[in-house]
Amino acid sequence: MNIIEITHLHKTYNESEVKVHAVNGVNLNFEAGEFAAIVGPSGSGKTTLLNLLGGLDSPNDGKILIDKTDLSELKSSDLIKFRMKNIGFVFQSYNLIPVLTAQENVEFIMHLQNRSKQEREERSMELLRAVGLDGRENSRPNKLSGGQQQRVAVARALASKPKFVLADEPTANLDSKSTEQLLSIMEELNRKENITFIFSTHDQRVVNKARRVITLEDGKVISDERKR
Amino acid sequence: MIIPASNYPKYPGKRKVKYQNMGTNIKLAWRNLWRNKRRTIITVASIFFGVLLSAYMTSMQEGSYTKMVDIVVKFYSGYMQVHQEDYWENKSINNTFEYKQDLVDQILADKDIDFVIPRLESYGLASSQELTKGAMIFGIDPKGENHLTKISDKLSAGNYLQKKDDGVILGQGLANYLRLNVNDTLVIISQGYHGISAADKFPIRGIIKHVSPELNKSIVYMSLHKCQEFFSAENRLSSLVINVANNKIMKRALRHLKRKIKHPYSVMSWEEMQPEVVQQIEGDRAGGVIMKAILYIVIAFGILGTIMMMMMERRREFGVMIAVGMQKRKLASIVFFETLFIGLLGILSGLVVSYPILLLQSANPIPLTGQAAQLMEEFGFEPYMFFSTAWVVFRQQAISVSIITLIIAIYPVISILRIKEIKALRA
Repeated sequence: MNIIEITHLHKTYNESEVKVHAVNGVNLNFEAGEFAAIVGPSGSGKTTLLNLLGGLDSPNDGKILIDKTDLSELKSSDLIKFRMKNIGFVFQSYNLIPVLTAQENVEFIMHLQNRSKQEREERSMELLRAVGLDGRENSRPNKLSGGQQQRVAVARALASKPKFVLADEPTANLDSKSTEQLLSIMEELNRKENITFIFSTHDQRVVNKARRVITLEDGKVISDERKR
Repeated sequence: MIIPASNYPKYPGKRKVKYQNMGTNIKLAWRNLWRNKRRTIITVASIFFGVLLSAYMTSMQEGSYTKMVDIVVKFYSGYMQVHQEDYWENKSINNTFEYKQDLVDQILADKDIDFVIPRLESYGLASSQELTKGAMIFGIDPKGENHLTKISDKLSAGNYLQKKDDGVILGQGLANYLRLNVNDTLVIISQGYHGISAADKFPIRGIIKHVSPELNKSIVYMSLHKCQEFFSAENRLSSLVINVANNKIMKRALRHLKRKIKHPYSVMSWEEMQPEVVQQIEGDRAGGVIMKAILYIVIAFGILGTIMMMMMERRREFGVMIAVGMQKRKLASIVFFETLFIGLLGILSGLVVSYPILLLQSANPIPLTGQAAQLMEEFGFEPYMFFSTAWVVFRQQAISVSIITLIIAIYPVISILRIKEIKALRA
């Protein structure tokens, strides 16, 4: 069953009076539990597609249905609520809240979801254990390495029990060891919790782990391969 | 359709969650404040010094006004006076009223009233040999009057009046003009009650150096008894001077008395009798307000600068927070709290430090020296810089900075409500 249905998606930017078709007529579907990588050269539209999928940007044309909900029909505050309940984000530069500890960062979205203190604590510790950071729950981001911060970001993305996680170049700032660790963790979480992961990446290591690789060029899908 | 509710665990009670979230927002705001400690400390310090300076200035102003009112009241008018209702418009001996113990009892029945003293005031020509000068004649109860105005302290020669004294006390200026000294005789010619001619000779008991140059040149004090006899105004008074503990109590007592005392009397406060003093104070206060406004505008720009810088630095973070699901209004409330915290820290630290300083200054007024002291003394003021620790001194600063902070807090709130998450994430 498709959890994401993208139909005829277009996004155009007007840069210096030149129209740039960042996403140009993309049609894609994602099923629950996918571990997909969107690849392509710089400027191919990977990040734009991810932003549109996450409801952070709005398309000029086309539709995105998530669990049958049309994102374009949601007003701003409902879209934020929708994101909070359904979508987890992992950013290239981690983007943790610097004044919160690792555990508080993970709990942050659960706070927004009005979860009880007990549930927040249990879930955040469970996730921090899953990403191999138990014992570092009281550390603030500036006391963690890049790899550790990105693992906290993954834990944060999963804290709200989202339908899918969008990760924009999650390994771009990580060394090989951290990349390996992060990918293994995400793969394991994908298998165990059946959470859909969609990455945009340049990193071959991520591509190798992905079970589906979508290649974009000039805003168009030029290949969509599923691995056995 | 969004998401089936069954996918999510049960939420705790709404009220409990509301408080938990509020606590989290406040905690987040507080921690954000200390991200850039130096900047926060500098901003708080600017408010602190502003509050301290402004409180000091206000305290000095209010202290001098209190002293000025005290002097004005003790100088002549008392806090309030009761007259015959036409007297203040036409200060004629014919507009005096008959002394009635009932009226005094009615006034004294108010627990705010300290004491009441009777007066009969009129005008006449004071003469000595070939010299004549217009004089203000005050018939007073020597003991009561001295209790209020302390005129015996101002005697430069001779003695103070006794209860039914036949003599008079002259202002030094008048005595000099008439070339009179203690034990000389003063002649006064005037018109008594209902046109009866009044003329008599009075032995001079003493000479006072009155702080008011005007009064010094024209004042003649005599006992009430003698004055009534002189003006053929037996048992008549021009005013009952009413004294209370301070100006604040006066306002309450005045309300009570105005309700109680009606025709044919009128009750007036010192503010109504001497509007020029009120105007002087108000004018000076307005000058102070301008000074403080300039000070607070500088502080306001300091706070605004900090908030704008903070907003710029955290734009990307705000984008992330909105992206992951934080409603803009909630985020705005966090930044609103941050701005409030800066203001509150500044106000509290400013007040905590200024209070003991002003308390100390109020107990130990700064003595003035040189020409400033001389000038003050000439105008009847003690040569000191007085301070007030009245609630208004501190309240004014707290309210001013709170309003400034609240106005400034609108900026981040509007900025956040207008934020586009995609643009913020690219910041």
